[in-house]
This record gives sequence, C-alpha cells and structure tokens, in this order.
Amino acid sequence: MRINFLRAFRVWQRHWTVHTKLYKSSFALNFAEPVLYLVAFGMGLGVYVAEINGMPYIRFIAPGIIASSSVFAAVYECSYGTYVRMEFQRTFDAILATPVGINDLVAGELFWGATKSVIYGASITLVVALFGLVDSPAVVLVVPVIFLGGIIFAELSLIFAALVPGIDSFSYFFTLFMTPLFLFSGIFFPLDVLPPAAATIASFTPLYHLVTACRGLAAGAPAGVLMNVFWLGATALLLAPFPFRLMRRRVIH
Amino acid sequence: MNAVNIVTARKLAKNYNSLRAVDGVDFEIRQGECFGFLGPNGAGKTTVMRIISCFLAPSAGSVSVFGLDAAQEPDRIKSRIGVMPQEANLDPDLNVLENLIVYARYFDIPKRSSAPRAAALLDFVELGGKTNVRIKELSGGMKHRLLLARALINEPELLILDEPTTGLDPHSRRAVWEKLEDLKARNTTLLLTTHYMEEAERLCDRVAIMDSGRIVTIEPPATLMERHGGNLEQVYLRLTGRSLAD
Repeated sequence: MRINFLRAFRVWQRHWTVHTKLYKSSFALNFAEPVLYLVAFGMGLGVYVAEINGMPYIRFIAPGIIASSSVFAAVYECSYGTYVRMEFQRTFDAILATPVGINDLVAGELFWGATKSVIYGASITLVVALFGLVDSPAVVLVVPVIFLGGIIFAELSLIFAALVPGIDSFSYFFTLFMTPLFLFSGIFFPLDVLPPAAATIASFTPLYHLVTACRGLAAGAPAGVLMNVFWLGATALLLAPFPFRLMRRRVIH
Repeated sequence: MNAVNIVTARKLAKNYNSLRAVDGVDFEIRQGECFGFLGPNGAGKTTVMRIISCFLAPSAGSVSVFGLDAAQEPDRIKSRIGVMPQEANLDPDLNVLENLIVYARYFDIPKRSSAPRAAALLDFVELGGKTNVRIKELSGGMKHRLLLARALINEPELLILDEPTTGLDPHSRRAVWEKLEDLKARNTTLLLTTHYMEEAERLCDRVAIMDSGRIVTIEPPATLMERHGGNLEQVYLRLTGRSLAD
C-alpha cells in the first residue's frame, strides 16, 4: 500500500487552515467540558473520596481527564467530522480529483485526528499543571503518548465512519463503545474493584492503557508506562490497514 | 487527421456487481478538440469520465491519458487534468478565494503562484468581487463558475466537465458556455458529458452517442444531423430507439 506523505500533509493542511479559522468558537467549548469534570468529580466527589491508592482523588482523575479529552477530540473529528466531509460536503470527491489519492486522504484524516488529540490533550495538561495537579515535569511526555492514542481512536472512528449507513448510526458508536470505555478505563476508579472478568476485559481496551500511561507520567514514573506505550503502539499498527481498506471501498465507486 | 491523441480508450469496460455500466468502448480524444458524450442518465457517460479522471479503475480494457496508463500513473495524469464535477462540492468551510488556494495546494502549487492565478481565474469567471464571500452565499450559477475556476487552477491540458450546466438557468448556462468557448480558443482540450442537445451542438467538435454502456457512433454533430436528419435529439432517437429525456 502506497502513501505519499506530502499529499497526506496537504489534506492535514486543509484541516489546519479550517481549524485556525474556526478555533476561537470551538476551542473554549472543548476546554469547558474537561474542566467541568475536574471540578465536579475532583472537588465535588473528592470531598467524599479522599484518596485512591494514596493519591488525592483530584490528582487521580486529572490524568484520566487528559487522556479522555484527547481521545474524544480525535473521535469527534474522525467520526462526525469525516462523515460530513465525505457524505454531505463531498470534500473527499473534490480532493480525489487532484493528485491526492485515497490512501493519502485517509492518512491525512488520521494524522489530523491525532493532531486534534494533541491540541486538546496538551491544553488540558497545561490547565491541570496550572492547578498544581501534576507531580513531575515528565508530564510533557504525555504529548507523544496522546498522539499515539489519537491515532488509535482516529482509526476506530474512520472504520466506523466507513461502515455506517447514515450519520445517526454514530450514536451506536458513542453509546455502545465510547461511553463504556470512558466509564470503565480506570479514569474514575481503579479497575481492581470490578469483577475479575470485567477488569480483564477493561484492561485490554486502548483507553485503559492511555489513562494508565498518562497517570504514570503525571506521577513522574515514565519507566513504569513503557508496557502501556508498547501496547498502544501495537494496537495502532494492528488497526492501521482497516480504515484504508474500508474507506477505499466506501468512497471509490 | 494527424492531431495528437490526448485520451485513448481500448475495449474499456466497467461492471458494478452484475451491472455492466460500460460495455467495451473504444474512442480517442484529440488535442484541442471538444469531445462530448451524449446520452440519458444511466448510459455510462459519468462512469467513462470517472475512469479517465483516474477516480475509478476499469474492470477490463485500458485507457491512456497523455500517453500514460491510467491504471499505472494516476498521480501524473491527475496533476495535468482539471475536473468540474456535476455536484457543487466546493469546500463550505473556506471562502471563495481560499477554495482556490487550498485546492492549488493539493497540486503542490505554492501560494506565490496560486494567489495571482486564483485572482486571474476569479476575474475570468466574473467572481472577482467575491473573494471573501462564503460558499453558501453564492448563487447556483456562481457556484458553477467557481467550480470551473477551481478546475482550472492547475492549468490543465485536459478539462473534464460532467454535465457542466445541469440545473442552471438559461442565462447562467450561456455564461458557462462562453467561458468554455474561450478555453477552446486557447487550445484546452475539453471533454464533457451532457444531455442537452443545444450544448452539444454549440460546443462539441465530435460527440459519442452512448446507449446502455456502448458507444453507438462518434461523429461531428453537423455530420450526424446531415446524415440522419433533424436535430441531435432526433438523431439520438433514430440511432437508439430511445428519447434522450428518458
């Protein structure tokens, strides 16, 4: 399979141009949600849940919020965003009439999704750091880890976008996949309180490894997260062929 | 005729599952001519265009554009053609000028070249005063003219137009025709599909009459009308037993 990375960059660049035009309206909103979670759970629930594994509750959930915000940024971009460009705006057809090929286009979408993860993940990390909720400068290492997580969730979203019959079907993706992941990936409580079978299933999900990696980095233990990062890398690689194949099948007819 | 062939198709066929949309067609398009595919919806015109523009791969046969095999070198071919699609797929997240500048980037045309070119093209399609206007504020005719400008941003040697005036009012239609005649005068090779007789008679040097995935005949419109009598619509009815309106 051939990808011309310069052409993929042209697609990425189109999204960047649009993003820099519109970011003022969407940026604050994307900030608001994670901050609300931090306040509601960290300060509200945190009064009752004093500590988890020796960590003040707000410090426990802060890295999880970084991970989940970054992942949702990629997911929105590559599910609804990609679908609208593909089906309603017909932007894909317009781009494919140029030297940009379908593989370049899909690679551009994936990298843009991961870029959105980094933009939002890094911003939330900054906010969390300003609140004094991280212990270590090693937290800057979350940026490449978030990028990897963004790639995985961009891949999953594109796979779904290539398969859905209509835009309403995304509610299945969110309700049956993203919401359970959000709730059971160790963001709000450690998985060991779950029944062993459920905990085992949860520990195979990509968001769990991303949350664990972010938490380790925020706590200043980068060596402990190598397995999680390796797992994320392997997942990203294993998923990679599918968005390309399925998008080709959907778009070229 | 010793003109150079820009497009050569041999035994070109395309199946969609069990449907044979294009059923073994042969044709050549010569440099500088305006070549039209004429036929009702479902005749296979758009599929042929999509194969020539390297969007679809043929199921059988071959097509070469500028002497390059469409199956082997789609990038090199696509960098030298312009495509004006049937539907207005302008980028609604960008304004009029940005649509051209961003589109030029897909061809690796840097802004220092694309900016003056975009300005000249907007003048050419009479949208010079609309550079910062949003796409949704344009009329249907304006969108068509912007699509034409966008298709010209890479200075294509071959311009492919799929039903370039469908859905336009008579005034806007004539405006697009005038632009296409200008381009023809500048030796751009034009390839268009249409089901408007007047469009084919006015613009095309030769037309291929298509019916159910096959080419029935390829002749200049004047020759067809002389030989079979009446206008192109009647010629079509006589050759295929069908009305173009079907």
